[in-house]
Amino acid sequence: MKICGPKCSLCGLIISVWGIVQLVLMGLFFYIHSVALIEDLPLEEEYKTLDEFYTAANTAYNQNAYNCWIAACIYVLTLLLSAQQFYMNSRITAN
Amino acid sequence: MGSLFRSEEMALCQLFLQSEAAYACVSELGELGLVQFRDATFEKLENELREVNQNAEALKRNFLELTELKHILRKTQVFFDEQEGGLNHTTESMTRALITDETRTTGASMGPVQLGFVAGVISREKLPAFERMLWRACRGNVFLRQAMIESPLEDPTSGDQVYKSVFIIFFQGDQLKTRVKKICEGFRATLYPCPEAPADRREMAMGVMTRIEDLNTVLGQTQDHRHRVLVAAAKNLKNWFVKVRKIKAIYHTLNLFNLDVTQKCLIAECWVPLLDIETIQLALRRGTERSGSSVPPILNRMQTFENPPTYNRTNKFTKAFQALIDAYGVASYREMNPAPYTIITFPFLFAVMFGDIGHGAIMALFGLWMIRKEKGLAAQKTDNEIWNIFFGGRYIIFLMGVFSMYTGFIYNDIFSKSLNIFGSHWHVSYNKSTVWNNKLLQLSPKTSDYEGTPYPFGMDPIWQVATSNKIIFQNAYKMKISIIFGVCHMLFGVIMSWHNHTYFRNRLSLVYEFIPQLVFLILLFFYMVLLMFIKWNRYAATNELRWSEACAPSILITFIDMVLFNEPKKPPVGCKTVYMFWGQHFIQVVFVLGALCCIPVMLLGKPMKIMQARKQANVQPITGSSDAEIGGPAGHGNGGGGHHEEEEMSEIFIHQGIHTIEYVLGSVSHTASYLRLWALSLAHAQLADVLWTMVLSIGLQKEGWLGGIFLTIVFAFWAILTVGILVLMEGLSAFLHTLRLHWVEFQSKFYLGQGYAFQPFAFDAIIENGSAASGETD
Repeated sequence: MKICGPKCSLCGLIISVWGIVQLVLMGLFFYIHSVALIEDLPLEEEYKTLDEFYTAANTAYNQNAYNCWIAACIYVLTLLLSAQQFYMNSRITAN
Repeated sequence: MGSLFRSEEMALCQLFLQSEAAYACVSELGELGLVQFRDATFEKLENELREVNQNAEALKRNFLELTELKHILRKTQVFFDEQEGGLNHTTESMTRALITDETRTTGASMGPVQLGFVAGVISREKLPAFERMLWRACRGNVFLRQAMIESPLEDPTSGDQVYKSVFIIFFQGDQLKTRVKKICEGFRATLYPCPEAPADRREMAMGVMTRIEDLNTVLGQTQDHRHRVLVAAAKNLKNWFVKVRKIKAIYHTLNLFNLDVTQKCLIAECWVPLLDIETIQLALRRGTERSGSSVPPILNRMQTFENPPTYNRTNKFTKAFQALIDAYGVASYREMNPAPYTIITFPFLFAVMFGDIGHGAIMALFGLWMIRKEKGLAAQKTDNEIWNIFFGGRYIIFLMGVFSMYTGFIYNDIFSKSLNIFGSHWHVSYNKSTVWNNKLLQLSPKTSDYEGTPYPFGMDPIWQVATSNKIIFQNAYKMKISIIFGVCHMLFGVIMSWHNHTYFRNRLSLVYEFIPQLVFLILLFFYMVLLMFIKWNRYAATNELRWSEACAPSILITFIDMVLFNEPKKPPVGCKTVYMFWGQHFIQVVFVLGALCCIPVMLLGKPMKIMQARKQANVQPITGSSDAEIGGPAGHGNGGGGHHEEEEMSEIFIHQGIHTIEYVLGSVSHTASYLRLWALSLAHAQLADVLWTMVLSIGLQKEGWLGGIFLTIVFAFWAILTVGILVLMEGLSAFLHTLRLHWVEFQSKFYLGQGYAFQPFAFDAIIENGSAASGETD
C-alpha cells in the first residue's frame, strides 16, 4: 500500500531518526533533572514553599522525560511506516 | 612553490603539424586536455547546418510550387469547364458588342484583341484586399475568379500551415496584363503559367499529376528509409553524438591553425603548462604514429610579452574553493592564490557565525552523505541548479558543518541549550532562604562561587541559566574574538602581498607599499588586539583593587582616545590610572604618529621613485640599465602589465592616491566589518533560542500523558523550522558574509584578480557542455 511519494517518505525517515535520537536523549536529560531544561517544565510562576516547588519540579521532570520517550516511541512507528513507504517507492522506481 | 599556491607556469608554444597528422594529433591533445589553442587565422567555421537547412527549404519550396500548380490546374479547369458551356454565347456577345467585324471561336488565341488571363495562388487573408485593388486599379475591366484550396499548405520558410486560394484573372490587352501582374507581385501572389488551350492544360495537369505522384512515392520511400535508418541510428546515437562533438571540436580547432607557405604543414599557437610539455609531446608522438606519418610534429616554445592564462590545477576537493575565488576574479598570472588558505579560513569564519553543535551536525551529515554517495550522485546529472550548487560545494558544506560543531562546543550551544560535560566551575553558595527571598542573585568570581579555574573547554554551561547577563558576557567575548580574528586575517593578507612583491621582484612596492601597510596595521590595529590580551591577563576580580575588574578600561574608549590624542577621562574611584601598563600613553602617541607617517610613504614613495628614475633615464639615455631596473621589474613582474612605461606620471600619482586612501580607510572599515562575525553569531544564537522557546517548549510544557503525542507533532514542526530557517537561511546568510569577508577584507590586501582562465582544448569539457546544451533543448 502506497500512501506518500519518495520525497515525503524520505522526509519522514529523516525526521523520525532525528526525533528518536534527540527525544531519547532529551528524555534522559529530563530524567536526570538537567538544570538546562528547567525552563521547559510546566511550572507555576509562584510556589508557597520550597518543598512544594521541589515536588512539582520533580514530577514535571519525570513527566517530561516520559513524554519525550513516548514521543520517541511514536517516532519509531513513523520510522517503520516511512521505511516501508520508502521501500515501496524504491521498488516501484526499480521496476 | 607548490602549484596550489600559485597558478601554473605557462608557455606560449608554436606547434607545427603535418597536414596528414594534424587530425590525429589534435585528437590526442583533446583527450589530454592540457592545451589552449589561440586563433592564428581569422577564418571562421562555415555554418554547415545553415546550408543543410537552405537545401531542405529549397526542396520544400519546390514541392509547394508543384502542389500549388496542381491546385491551380484543377481549379482553373473548373472555371474553364463552367465557362465552356456558356462560353460561345458570352464571348460572342462580348466581342460583338466591342468588335463587330470579327467572329470568334471558343478558346481562340488569334487576333489582336482577345481575353488574356493569368492564374496564380494567394494567401487567403490577402484576397479581399487584392480583389478590391484589382477592381480599382483596372477600373473594373478585369474579371477575377477564385477558389479556396481546402487543405493548408506548408510555408517552406517558417514551416507554418497557410491557407491559400487559387485565382484566375481575365483581362483584355497587354497594358492591363502588365498592370495585373504588378498588382500580383505587390500582393506576393505566385503566378503560374497556365496554357490557354484546354488540351495543353489537360496535358500539363497530367504531367504535374504524374510528377507529384512520382515525388510522393519518392518522398514516401525516403520517409520509410529514413525511419528505418533513424531507428537503427537511435541505438548508438549517444556514441555518435560524442564522436561528432569530438570531430567537430577537432575541426574547429584545426580551423584556428595557420597554413604555412608550402601548404605542407599547419602551424598552431597554444598555451601549455610548462610541467606538462613532456606529456603533450608524448601525445603528439602517439598521434603521429596513429596517422602513419613519418615526420614528427614540432613543439616550439615562443617568446611573448603577452599575459599567459591562469591555470590552477585542482582536484575534486580544492575545485569548489578555487571556484569561490574565481567567482571574484581569476588571479593574475602567477599571483598568490588565496584558495589553499581559504580551505581553512572559509569554514572557520563561517563557523564563528554559525556556531551550534546541532546545526553544524545537520550540515556536516548532509555534506558527508553527498561525499559518500559522490559517484552515484555525480552520475545522475540533473538540471536542478540549486542541487548542483550544493553538490559542487559538498566538501565546503562538510567542512563548514564540522567547524560549526567545533565552535558550537566553544560557545557551548546545541540547539541553544548548553552541555555540562565537565561539570560547571561555578557553584551556588547561597543558603535556601536567600534563594527563596531574592528574585535575582549574583555569583561572584571573587568568592568561592567560582573555582578559580575556567571550564576546560569552551563556555561554562552556567551561562545558560544566567539569563540576565548571558548576552552581555557573550557580547564582550564575541566582539573581541571577532576583531582578533579579523586583524589576524588582514595581517595575513598583507603578508601575502609580500610574497607577491618578492616573486615579481617589485622592490618599489615592497618598500613603499608593503612595509608601510604592515606597519600601519600593526601599530594601530594589532596593538588594539594586544590591548585585549593584556586586559584579559592583567585584570581579574580576585586581584587587588588596582587590577580588579572595576578598574579595567574599555578597549574601544582607549583606542579612540589614542587615535584622537584625547586626554583620557578620570579613572573610577580607587583606580590609579586608566592605563594598563607603564608608559602606555607615550607608546600610544608614538604608535599613532608612526602610523600617520606611513601614510605619506604609501602615498608618495613609489610615484616619487618612478619619477626620479624616469628623469635619470632621460638624462642618460644611453645606459638604459636604469630603465630596465625601474620600469622593467614593475612591468614584467606584474605579468606583462607592461604599460607602466607609457603611463602618465599624473596617473601614477592618482592611482597611488586611490590605493592609499583605500587602504587607510579600508583598514578602519574592514576591522569594523569583522564585527559581523559577532553580530551574526549573536543573531544565530538568539534565533535558535527563540525557536526553542516559541515552538519546542510549547510541546514540552504540555502537562499530562497526552503531552507525548503533542510533543511528536511539535517536534516535527520544530525540526522543519530548524532546517529551513536556522540551517538553510541562516547558513546562507553566514555563507555570504564569509564570502564577503574573504573577497573584500582579505583579498583586497594582495589580490589583483585580473587574469583570465586557462581553457584547454579538452574533450571532457566539450562533451559535458554539449550534453548539457542538448539536454536543455530536449
